[in-house]
Amino acid sequence: MTTFLQLAFVPLAAAVLSCLACGLVGNLLVLTRQSLLGDAISHAVLPGLVLAFWLSGSRDPLPMVAGAAAAALVATGGIGLVRSAAQLEAGATMGVVFSAMFAFGLVLIELTGASSVDLDIDCVLSGQLETLIWPAAEGLASLVDPAALAQLPRELWTLVAALALVLAAFAALWKELRLVAFDPDFAAAIGFAPRSLSLLVLLLTAIATVAAFWAVGTILAIAALVAPAACARLLTDRYGAQIALSIATAATMGAGGYGASALLPPVLGLNGLNAAGLIAVTAGLLVTLSAFARSRRAARLGA
Amino acid sequence: MLLEALTLSAGHNAAVVVLGTAAFGLAAGAVGAFALLRGRVLIADAAAHAALPGVVGAFLVALLFGWNPRGSPVLLAGAALAAAGGVLAIQALATGGRLKDDAAMAVVLSVGFGLGMVLLSVVQRLPIGGQAGLKGFILGQAAGMLAGDAVAAGALALCALLLLGLLYRPLALLCFDADFAATLGLPVRGLDLALHALTLAVVVVGLGAVGALMVVGLMVIPAATARLVSSRLAPMIVLSALFAAASAWVGAALSAARAGLPTGATIVLVASALFAAALLFAPRRGLVAAALRRAERWKKTKTPGGVAEPPAGGSERSRR
Amino acid sequence: MRGLAPQPLEPALAVRDLTVAYGGEPVLRAVTWQVPAGALAAVIGPNGAGKSTLLKAVLGLVPAVSGEVRVFGSPFAAVRRRVAYLPQRASVDWDFPLTALQVAAQGRYRSVGWFRPLPARERQRALAALAEVGLADLAHRHIGALSGGQQQRVLLARALALEADLLLMDEPFAGVDAASEAAILAVLKRLAGLGRTVIAVHHDLSTAPGTFSEVLLLNGRVIAAGPMATTFTAEAIAKTYGAPVPLGLVAA
Repeated sequence: MTTFLQLAFVPLAAAVLSCLACGLVGNLLVLTRQSLLGDAISHAVLPGLVLAFWLSGSRDPLPMVAGAAAAALVATGGIGLVRSAAQLEAGATMGVVFSAMFAFGLVLIELTGASSVDLDIDCVLSGQLETLIWPAAEGLASLVDPAALAQLPRELWTLVAALALVLAAFAALWKELRLVAFDPDFAAAIGFAPRSLSLLVLLLTAIATVAAFWAVGTILAIAALVAPAACARLLTDRYGAQIALSIATAATMGAGGYGASALLPPVLGLNGLNAAGLIAVTAGLLVTLSAFARSRRAARLGA
Repeated sequence: MLLEALTLSAGHNAAVVVLGTAAFGLAAGAVGAFALLRGRVLIADAAAHAALPGVVGAFLVALLFGWNPRGSPVLLAGAALAAAGGVLAIQALATGGRLKDDAAMAVVLSVGFGLGMVLLSVVQRLPIGGQAGLKGFILGQAAGMLAGDAVAAGALALCALLLLGLLYRPLALLCFDADFAATLGLPVRGLDLALHALTLAVVVVGLGAVGALMVVGLMVIPAATARLVSSRLAPMIVLSALFAAASAWVGAALSAARAGLPTGATIVLVASALFAAALLFAPRRGLVAAALRRAERWKKTKTPGGVAEPPAGGSERSRR
Repeated sequence: MRGLAPQPLEPALAVRDLTVAYGGEPVLRAVTWQVPAGALAAVIGPNGAGKSTLLKAVLGLVPAVSGEVRVFGSPFAAVRRRVAYLPQRASVDWDFPLTALQVAAQGRYRSVGWFRPLPARERQRALAALAEVGLADLAHRHIGALSGGQQQRVLLARALALEADLLLMDEPFAGVDAASEAAILAVLKRLAGLGRTVIAVHHDLSTAPGTFSEVLLLNGRVIAAGPMATTFTAEAIAKTYGAPVPLGLVAA
């Protein structure tokens, strides 16, 4: 038990919390056909992350979140600017902006020497779940011991905060977010500020992405953003069920993926497997199963 | 050091790298311009990410069969298969309409990449050599580029440009108005297939040159730059190819001169700088030109009888 | 409670010299029009005439370059709660996971305000609005499973749920089957009887005279405006569309 708590508990929790935070906010991206905006944001936050990391000299979450939010705003502004100036279609515009910003971030990692202090390419690509250890844990009692809890890695608290923010937004603005996603024109006509709410969704995406960064890196965060909502969309036509199913899928994805990375290698005679990658693979399996279930149901109903 | 790299006098290896990458740039820019016009940019990105497990898988298969696991043809074949598989998966997910294109692409992109990372973690722990090169398929590995690879990139560029040149007229019509092209009896599906195949070829070769994550950047950014500078098709294709080749040349030289700079990212960054310059200074579409035009119109409408113009900033259209 | 709205002295809508431009290109030029309260008014014109833009400009969805919009004598922002908007059916995402009742209930959000969930009595009012358009039995059906006409009626129910004095509708009859058309027509007539005002972008020249009492013929600028009987002439229509109109469409 102590070993579990010291080595596996935090990564497991981080995996699950990452998928939950990203998956919840991802609903609002998938339902508005903005999955690729999630793709773009998770790439675009990199330069913000790296600069904040370099300037603050540590893994302190607050500067990194601020950096990520700033980068997300720059990306959105950039996309708008390029769209109107170059008259490109939406997908190409996003491709230009996020490729450029991501490349900038990668070069910054090298130029600022961040790679020598923790933030290297591997981390960007698939996070660093294995570094989230909890040496202060000593048996189950540690879970309720304030002193031990205070020793939990900061990254976990960032994830808790990010999830709390997303939950709070959904709780307070349940009908507003749903309305703006469905019909922004009508929302504007009755005074429900669609532009501000869209901005909120954008910021929540950036926050969730950066909180999940240490767990799954940049690119696999996209799976966490899109897969839960995609599965739910394939399985239900009701909004409430959509949100609930996305939560269930996210938790399964995170726990299943991390669990596989911990339990499979000995079974297969391997030394280890990339945890974040397995989370994404689990996501893929869940999406495939959902797609299958949907086509079976459609065939049965003769639809 | 940089100057030498740029002028190909920093040694044989560096010269090979710079030339090979530049040759690849020509193909990427030309094909990228068509991909941009046909709206196939993001699916190319998904294909590039999905190709990764194919590369690593091919490595493992080669090991299993006792082939040379580092042989480029094997790896690139794996990449091509996986990339094609990714595109098919996107189509399968999006049929029936419940899951939209964008969600399907995001899923295939990230899941494919994740699978690649998992396979990579398997390979990296095997007690054999040669896995280091596999990582290079993610972010580019110009330093590891062999003369053979450079020649292959050059050959690809040549074939791509020849094909595009031969098919230029029908492709131009296709991009302009696909329905009209169909009524003229043009084999629209065949042409699209040719474009897809070319895009796939560029993506697969690009894995070796600039890495999976940066291929699309080198395809779309120079094309967008060319679009800013010219609104006619032929100049746009040529400019796109040249911008991409130039970015590849300079970027590869930079990354050779300063060790540690990831090749693909540096090349894309150079291309982005070119884009930013065009965004500002392009003669008609550039921001500076637009601002000057707006100032002119504002002055004009201040004279009596003119219709008042909107202030700078334009109107906010409702989304969708 | 709501019954006949008191006779206001102000017209429901007064547009004066309105000019709207998209990025430098004027879409509406110096439009001046008045719609008396309690009227059923049609906005008619060819594609690109700026009809939808006119509605959106009134609602503040697009900014005006110049000119003035007064709703019941006040700026739109001051009387926002008295106006309802029915957008074009095509601009809504019918795949979204919502039921007909949930969409109709969106018309009650304004009364409930921010941050609070919808209480039961508001859902009842939404249900009543659905009943008004004849869709009470489809309340819990997914909107994607409805026919085009039913979808249009759901949007109308939502607009009715707003309990507004002025309703702006963008092509309410477009692509709608006969049963839905009849239902929508009945609702419009009932609204007029209650003293509400309806301004609708309308595309069907043959049904306009029988439905609406006021008309605006628009093609970027005002071609003709006023009571249907005197304004909707063959000559005016020809001028609006730039082509003569087939006989029988309009009484000579």
